[in-house]
Amino acid sequence: MVMLVMTSDVYAQIVAYCLERLPEEACGMLAGPAVEQGTAHYGNEACTFYPARNAAGSARLYTVDPLDYLRADRDVEIRGLVILGVVHSHTHTEPYPSPVDIDQAPDPKWHYVIVGLGRPLPSMRTYSIRAGQVIEEELLIGGLGHRQAQLII
Amino acid sequence: MPVEIRLPSILRVHADGKSTVEGNGSTVGEILEDMVNAYPGMDGQIVTADGSLHKFVNVYLNDDDIRYLSNLDTSVSDGDTISILPAVAGG
Repeated sequence: MVMLVMTSDVYAQIVAYCLERLPEEACGMLAGPAVEQGTAHYGNEACTFYPARNAAGSARLYTVDPLDYLRADRDVEIRGLVILGVVHSHTHTEPYPSPVDIDQAPDPKWHYVIVGLGRPLPSMRTYSIRAGQVIEEELLIGGLGHRQAQLII
Repeated sequence: MPVEIRLPSILRVHADGKSTVEGNGSTVGEILEDMVNAYPGMDGQIVTADGSLHKFVNVYLNDDDIRYLSNLDTSVSDGDTISILPAVAGG
């Protein structure tokens, strides 16, 4: 099973940003050190979150502001990291990829992190989306299972 | 005049894993065409068959989205950097 490891700082930043951006969907990019896979570079350890403006300005849709993505892309290059996925919130529904998420997933090697805000406590899940197929990944936060970490935070 | 082109991870597989490549030309369109000639695996992924920028791709010349300049006809100067990024959206 593919795993995404996330520092507790990044987890806290993501959840705080998703709550701050309500009632709109929040979004941003995840970055971490590269792991070589053939001729491409991807990673499984998220050490940095780049919050982005939601250019769609919607509670049901998101579009990562391209300029915010560009700035993140430049920063990861300077720091020797790679973009390894995208984060967004679901303000009213469970944190499972919507048909639009699946249809528009740009990179089959990315991690797609979704924060569900439809319940009293935020809930984070991560997935791979490849050729329309969704597979949930294991999410570890600061070395703890995510359900345990949520209780601590 | 070679211009640096920054690639997103999904296109690096077509460029021997490189995060940046170079292209020659006087406009963004010419430079991208030159790049695709060097790395044919990118053919059709940035510019469509009818010669327009793909809907799900954003191309920046330095800090400017070329859709707000002259699109693929945007002139390029020495020292400029072109960045290609996938559009990231969902619901």
